[in-house]
Amino acid sequence: MALGLEAALGDSVITTKLDEVVNWGRQYSLWPMVFGTACCAIEFMSAAASQHDISRFGAEVVRFSPRQADLMLVCGTISYKQAPILKRIYEQMPEPKWVVAMGACASSGGIYDNYCTVQGIHTIIPVDVYISGCPPRPEAVLDALIKIQEKIQTESVLVDRHKEYRGILD
Amino acid sequence: MKATAIEKICSKFPGIACREVLNYVEMTVQPEQLEETLSRLKLYPELNFGLLLDITGIDYLEYPVAQDCRFAVVYTIRNWRDNMLVQVKVPVPDPDKGVPTCTHLWSSANWAEREVYDQYGINFIGHPDLRRILNHWQFKGHPLRKDYDIFKGQVCYDSYSMENEIKNRLLANGVDETTMKDINTEIMFLNLGPSHPATHGAIRIFTALDGESILANVNEIGYLHRGFEKTAENRTYNQVIPLTDRLNYCSAMMNNIAYVKAVESWLGIEITERCKFMRVVMSEFFRVQDHLVCIAANLVDMGGLTNYWYLYNEKEASYDLISRLTGARLTSSFTRIGGMYRDFYDGWEHDMEVQLKAIEKGVSDSLALVLKNRIVHDRTQGTCKLSAETALSYGFTGPCLRASGVPFDLRKDNPYYNYESFDFNVPVGSTGDIYDRIMVRFEEIFESIKIIRQAMKHIPDGPIFVKDHNAVLPPKSEVYNNIEGLANHFKLIFEGVKVPSGEWYDSFEAANGELGFHFVADGSGKPYKLKVRPPCFYIMGGFHEMVEGEMIADAVINLGSINIIGGELDR
Ligand code: SF4
Repeated sequence: MALGLEAALGDSVITTKLDEVVNWGRQYSLWPMVFGTACCAIEFMSAAASQHDISRFGAEVVRFSPRQADLMLVCGTISYKQAPILKRIYEQMPEPKWVVAMGACASSGGIYDNYCTVQGIHTIIPVDVYISGCPPRPEAVLDALIKIQEKIQTESVLVDRHKEYRGILD
Repeated sequence: MKATAIEKICSKFPGIACREVLNYVEMTVQPEQLEETLSRLKLYPELNFGLLLDITGIDYLEYPVAQDCRFAVVYTIRNWRDNMLVQVKVPVPDPDKGVPTCTHLWSSANWAEREVYDQYGINFIGHPDLRRILNHWQFKGHPLRKDYDIFKGQVCYDSYSMENEIKNRLLANGVDETTMKDINTEIMFLNLGPSHPATHGAIRIFTALDGESILANVNEIGYLHRGFEKTAENRTYNQVIPLTDRLNYCSAMMNNIAYVKAVESWLGIEITERCKFMRVVMSEFFRVQDHLVCIAANLVDMGGLTNYWYLYNEKEASYDLISRLTGARLTSSFTRIGGMYRDFYDGWEHDMEVQLKAIEKGVSDSLALVLKNRIVHDRTQGTCKLSAETALSYGFTGPCLRASGVPFDLRKDNPYYNYESFDFNVPVGSTGDIYDRIMVRFEEIFESIKIIRQAMKHIPDGPIFVKDHNAVLPPKSEVYNNIEGLANHFKLIFEGVKVPSGEWYDSFEAANGELGFHFVADGSGKPYKLKVRPPCFYIMGGFHEMVEGEMIADAVINLGSINIIGGELDR
């Protein structure tokens, strides 16, 4: 017995655009790679735990292997010492991939305007969505996730993302 | 520290300038007397200073009072048994030549001296491995020198290979690669981190393996070095409080309290009774939070994900109380010099009691899963053991030291905020293995809850701020209605609390161990220098002692059991 969509549709044919169906699939099964370095990562833990439950948005399959992930969440301060590692991990993720800068530090260096802190990760890798806050609340992480999903809807499978990007380490 | 103890120390060092600061002894020695003084402190049985807490440098370039030498190095050393603390200060005429190392006396000196070298460029003669520790290897110059511009960032293009370090460590452990080749075995080199789920942050654990056994291990830290100390030099004393939140971010308010306690001790401010009780309640509550996260993450590493929900959900629920009180979930910034930002809200006792009951339930549920669990026992008992002696030598404090059987706890041994009148126990372990470290933390949760309940019963009414408007903002009604209040407010906001010049050290029993602050004040509203004595920095310094000879999987859970928090480790 058919239970899902096929129960309603029987063996009829649906016509749609490739972009639509691929993006539809992508947006509801984002696999995050959590690049957690500091305090913000603790708030990500809260976003993943029972109360806020990130799995409601299809993004609970947290992968720590970049090769299995397509959404990079940078949670925490990135120092110059950390920057080459961030870049390497980003490069190891297969296309297409999206990046969220969580918190003031990842977005702009935050309260650490000094000799060791990268002033925003957009200088290292391209960023899609920024979350403000120090640290942001877990709801803000979910909001960013929804923003990414909306963004995915508007994209085309034929276009390479961020081909032109050059950071300070390139 | 008692007056007799101070006399005792001074009498052992005739001819050396000793003076009492707060309630410890500060000695100033010349470089040529340094080795002799330090070894006497460590080796004389009646002195027995076995715990080297911290080493830091000072750069007097911009200090208003001219000094003989631009640089000085300060050693903070403790005799935990008799509650004696001394600081040895030595002027450094030539930083390139430096001062003799003391790594042969205390193992903790190894990383401590590397940090001074990294930040100030002071050499340590005879140090086995003097290289940068917090800043990256391509960094030029020494950031905590006063003539280094705070905004001058330096890009790092590559990670450091650490090949030489691991080879040296293999040699030190007596592993001979040629014999291994003879029996067709090859050493495998494996990196855990810097970006790895098991490191709970960014640390690089580099191992040399024979099969799954660890032959040698070296570690690299500094990936979360974000310039706390340099930034603090450019902030007023109260503005540093938000920075302290982000040291150990699992127990932010404890750092707030430890920091203001250190400033108040120098200013001679005696905070109100209600404030003391409030600080005790919140410290212990945050100690519970810290231990919950640590144990939850540790048990996840072992495969016990259910424990994570039991423990972490209670922490999540506690945020209701915390955010209602402080307005923030994680980074509370809740203390001020001379008091607290706010008093408790009405009805907090009820919320707290509900919270404590829930925590007790969560912890008991988790204990029911692990206490008699054969898998947990097999994985943790007898693995990654550390003897009391080694732990002390590496500068361990807090739960990790107590797990090795040393009952040192500042709340008992050098009590502050009326801790002497609370009824609680200091749990200690017997073997110093992973099991002990987990269980000590579980027990401490129950002890902390006991303290909170006692404090809630006895907390007096009254103000939470002292009435000293040179340190504490006057109430708004005075600011708006009289000129004196306005002037006080203006001065405190623009110039900061004026702290009389001097140098001092003060410490606090934080969730991970002794959290200390060493200040140099120049009489202005900003610290001239502020050094943190972070408990996890020294614990991480002894990590290789625990894991060498064990399996690689044990290294993972061992890291969880020592609770390394990047913000505090790298600052
Ligand atoms: S933004 Fe704030 S909370 Fe997040 S990592 Fe930076 S300092 Fe920590």
